[in-house]
Amino acid sequence: MSVGAQKINKQEYEKQEAKGRPVVASLIIIAGTIAMLLGMAASVSLGAADIDLKTVWDGVFHYNEELTSHQIIQELRMPRAIVAALVGGFLAVSGSIMQGMTRNPLASPSIMGVTDGSTFMIAIAFAFFPGMTYLGLMSFSFVGAGLGAGIVFLVGAFSKGGLSPVKLALAGTAVGALLSALSSGIAIHYEVAQDMSFWYAGGVAGTQWLQVKFVFPVAIIGLALAFFIARSVTILSLGESVAKGLGQRTGTVKVLGTIVVLLMTGAAVSVAGSVGFVGLVVPHITRFLVGLDYKWILPCSAVLGGLLLVMADIGARMINPPYETPLGAITALVGVPFFLYLARKEGRGL
Amino acid sequence: MNHTLQKKQKKALWIMALLGALIIASLLVSLHTGVIQIGPVDVMKTIFGAGTDRQELVLFDFRLPRLVIAILVGAGLAVSGAILQGVSQNGLADPGILGINAGAGLAVVLYMYFSDGLNTSLGAMSIFIMPFMALLGATLAAVLIYLLAWRNGVTPIRLILVGIGVNAAFGAALIIFQLKMNPRDFMQATIWLSGSIWGTNWKYVLATLPWIVILIPLAMYKARFLNVLNLGDRLATGLGTRVESERRILLFIAVCLAGASVAVAGGIAFLGLVAPHLARRLVGPRHQLLIPTSALMGALLLLVADMIGRNLLAPSEIPVGIVVSALGAPYFIYLLMRTN
Repeated sequence: MSVGAQKINKQEYEKQEAKGRPVVASLIIIAGTIAMLLGMAASVSLGAADIDLKTVWDGVFHYNEELTSHQIIQELRMPRAIVAALVGGFLAVSGSIMQGMTRNPLASPSIMGVTDGSTFMIAIAFAFFPGMTYLGLMSFSFVGAGLGAGIVFLVGAFSKGGLSPVKLALAGTAVGALLSALSSGIAIHYEVAQDMSFWYAGGVAGTQWLQVKFVFPVAIIGLALAFFIARSVTILSLGESVAKGLGQRTGTVKVLGTIVVLLMTGAAVSVAGSVGFVGLVVPHITRFLVGLDYKWILPCSAVLGGLLLVMADIGARMINPPYETPLGAITALVGVPFFLYLARKEGRGL
Repeated sequence: MNHTLQKKQKKALWIMALLGALIIASLLVSLHTGVIQIGPVDVMKTIFGAGTDRQELVLFDFRLPRLVIAILVGAGLAVSGAILQGVSQNGLADPGILGINAGAGLAVVLYMYFSDGLNTSLGAMSIFIMPFMALLGATLAAVLIYLLAWRNGVTPIRLILVGIGVNAAFGAALIIFQLKMNPRDFMQATIWLSGSIWGTNWKYVLATLPWIVILIPLAMYKARFLNVLNLGDRLATGLGTRVESERRILLFIAVCLAGASVAVAGGIAFLGLVAPHLARRLVGPRHQLLIPTSALMGALLLLVADMIGRNLLAPSEIPVGIVVSALGAPYFIYLLMRTN
């Protein structure tokens, strides 16, 4: 085949990719949602006290206050399953938007200093405002997440020649190191280190309805905003100059996208702590499955992210019962090999 | 040409002498600051053998070994960083960022965990086992990173990205084991991982000294290969260097230095990055001069950071690694923003 023909073929292919694959995407949304609901049911039924699926059904839809198993379902396990699904969805959607906006395959909440920023604020809360309410801690963590991402963004904005993927990864590492050094200093001085580690490594264990109530509105606003800008993100992902040429106000889109990312990662980190790599891995898999149209990528990655985290949370309880394995460690187990694969693959072009 | 080279060498010698003087000065200042105040005059008296028993005990058995370790570790990490930056031809390489420290840290925490907690593991033998454990972990991490980054050779970018990934993996493994510890051990492990000179007696000095004393001169002997490697692989091969094997030897020296340092001082990040950079500004890129200057610079920085850590929030002590990170990370970010 001549080079020219290959080029045309490639263009054809890219056109095809850019349109996305609506059939595959719809399938993923339907099947993924069903799988996620089944996973949540399994998540509710599994645990220290085994509860069979029929009781789970009754506990959810015909709640009877006098049964212990129904109380366990309603008070302990349901919020946990719901929050796992929401957090997975949040992280995946914000990862997708970050990767689309920056055209950077390594962009994801976990390498943007988000978690370290939130750790920093939680350290301050534990050290200086002991006995703070749960809601207060979550708000602090929310602000911290924004702080971390904000600093990394600023480093990018003032950096010579913008942020290449490698520089982004390094800037995230350095900002993270700085913030975590400060929070370790605070934690050691005020002896709150282990409280903090449990707050972070615990994942979604011990989630209450309060947290669901806290993140639910954020979820609605964030997701609505995300879908609202999906089309613009698709165009932006073709390159900034292309987007400008098509008459897009790229600045507005970027600001809206950043707001979505901050809302969603802030909410995710504040209820589940450091859960890395979901926001990196899921968008890649989703793009591989449904093509490059963010109208489809966003809902699909939300569903797949939720599914992944519900499964990881089940794994966290099953690996070493009765102890909980940190959720972040399990997602890292899945995510690190994938990150290494990307690093090897992208190493040439970056 | 030869003349300017000599001039540069002369300048470098002056700079090294100055750094040495600064190290001695901060050593003396460090000796007289602390929870038990000993005045400068008394410090001098004690050094020349005219102090009280109590002063001798505090100075010679508590403060001096700690400071000697700070000097050894600072020099070790700085030279390790200088070699890594030379080998990877990347100014942003550092044993902490590449995940080598994390590997050594994981090995040591595992050792602590499986040898009945932290306190009993500080018995006589384990002081000498620890450097080997750290070394094992560091070597494993380095081999892992090297292999994973290998794809018809190793590019600096891939090395760094893979290092970041491996770092995350070790971090996840660390948190799993840490959460299983009791609160007391947990606190100790946290402090240790943040980088803290906790080995404060002469035994630790004895356990670290051979590594540093053998490896740094070896690194200086190999310095000319680093210069040649910097010209690029093809030119280096053309000049008759066995590129891949020299690179491996140099990497091994860097890993050993990092491992031995981590064993007594925990995961001190950014020192291996900052010290060679500052040294390069002072004496230029020739490794024959760069390596000894980096060593002195690293020793000085760690001494000063340790002094800050001990006195800033006295009586509670900030681990020196945190001080180094808090000062080093902004400098790293500044370098990152400047490079294209």
